[in-house]
Amino acid sequence: MGAEFVMLSLPPMVIGALAAMACALPGNFLLLRREALIGDAISHVVLPGIVVAFLLTGMVATGPMMLGAAGAALLAAVLIATIRRFGGVEPGAAMGVVFTTMFAGGVLLLEQSNTASVHLDVEHALYGNLESLIWIDAVGWGSLLDPRALAGLPPELPRMAVTFAVVAVLTALLWRPLKLSTFDAGFAQSLGLPTGAIGLGVTLAAALCAVAAFDAVGSIIVIAMFICPPAAARLMTNRLERQVAWSLAFALASAVLGYVLAGYGPLWLGAPASVSAAGMIATVSGMILALAAVFAPHRKA
Amino acid sequence: MSPRDLNDAGLSPLAVRGLTVAYGAQPVLQGVDMTTVPGAMTAIIGPNGAGKSTLLKACLGVVKPLSGQVSAWGQPTSRQRDRIAYVPQRASVDWDFPTRVIDVVLMGMYRQLGLLGRVRARHFKQAQDCLTRVGMQDFADRQIGQLSGGQQQRVFLARALAQEADLYLLDEPFAGVDAATESAIIAVLHGLRDAGKTVVAVHHDLSTVPAYFDRVFLINRTAQAEGPVDVAFTPETLQATYGGRVHV
Repeated sequence: MGAEFVMLSLPPMVIGALAAMACALPGNFLLLRREALIGDAISHVVLPGIVVAFLLTGMVATGPMMLGAAGAALLAAVLIATIRRFGGVEPGAAMGVVFTTMFAGGVLLLEQSNTASVHLDVEHALYGNLESLIWIDAVGWGSLLDPRALAGLPPELPRMAVTFAVVAVLTALLWRPLKLSTFDAGFAQSLGLPTGAIGLGVTLAAALCAVAAFDAVGSIIVIAMFICPPAAARLMTNRLERQVAWSLAFALASAVLGYVLAGYGPLWLGAPASVSAAGMIATVSGMILALAAVFAPHRKA
Repeated sequence: MSPRDLNDAGLSPLAVRGLTVAYGAQPVLQGVDMTTVPGAMTAIIGPNGAGKSTLLKACLGVVKPLSGQVSAWGQPTSRQRDRIAYVPQRASVDWDFPTRVIDVVLMGMYRQLGLLGRVRARHFKQAQDCLTRVGMQDFADRQIGQLSGGQQQRVFLARALAQEADLYLLDEPFAGVDAATESAIIAVLHGLRDAGKTVVAVHHDLSTVPAYFDRVFLINRTAQAEGPVDVAFTPETLQATYGGRVHV
């Protein structure tokens, strides 16, 4: 439980926890704005954009991937508007068609392209590659203080840490306008607050987290973390400040517990192999929501 | 001075000239002129779909007009936001939102507190005083979802009081509230008027217009009549506004 843990388990656990918390943070506002499915939608729509960016640049890097994801999101918005106008279908149906089609298109692109040399494939898109994010330079807990060893950390870790920090700082700075415009957009506008830009900002923050987390943990965790921790947290309290704190705690618990259960759970049950950490983390977040729905203090009758 | 002279002198708290608003291709307001008088309580009256709420929202900049001007004390309303308080329709927000009554009232002090200003004891006291004025002093720590419709409306009014404005715009403040709330709200509004503030409210109940308001503004997509209640609130003007189906 010393060197081996620091080398093999600590980095993926921390990366998973950071990704989960980064997604849960904007998820709170998406949930209260009744836009929870936007998180789901974003993580589907961006896949073809990320793949195209990867095919063009030949590497898994945040900058090009963000650009590709933004392009895909833009295309999705245009497609939805077009289908609504010319297809005469209701907005929900138009969105559903575009999201699933674009995700499926992304999967096909992935399959057709020769991405075997790097770990970008269909499974990776869904589950990420948490288990492979090991810290080879680590020799024990002491490595956490060793600059040379720290330089060998998987790059996903600092990337997720920065993403989480950026979103957390923005949320803290813009807390009042966010809360005001989420609760009462008309009143917020009468005060001169740019509610349209604030709504767009929430969506962009969610997109940033989705794309940054996608490579490390896959879209299953991203989708689950946008909704499950905030929804469970809403049942724990009637104050937004505490709801956000609870959602971060639930996201953290899902990541740590899910990672441990994925690695050791099957062994405890007598099964020979471990299961997907991403799948287990998402499952744990769903279980937390189920428990909150039954036992939490502020659930609805 | 006549209302129009007031406006020319930059004294009218809220003046609307040639306001046209459309939602998509659907015109809602066409060429509306309105002039409010300081220290008066004005009712905006008209049938459903006449554009009453839209008029308020356009005055506040919540809805963008196609053409026309709105001015507050002779300036664009965007430069007078500190002097204008707004009470939206109660049904326009989700009352299940995770927040307390006192927090909603504190939202009225946003322009005073700014982005990061600390909420100090005096802010809490000011918010608590606003709750006392609407008879909700014992509900400060309640979650807003636990309130009745009338209580919710009073909290919205307390938030507007916390804005410490000179002009109060209210969208159907009496919709779906109990009799006790209605008399509490009208007492507060009359208190504001008596202190020299200007109150403009979208109002539905024609029978209470003479008792509650000093002036009326009748509208049905276009302005129909405007003036003191005893002049502008007549069977003829109501007939013109509602078309043959009104009994006062």
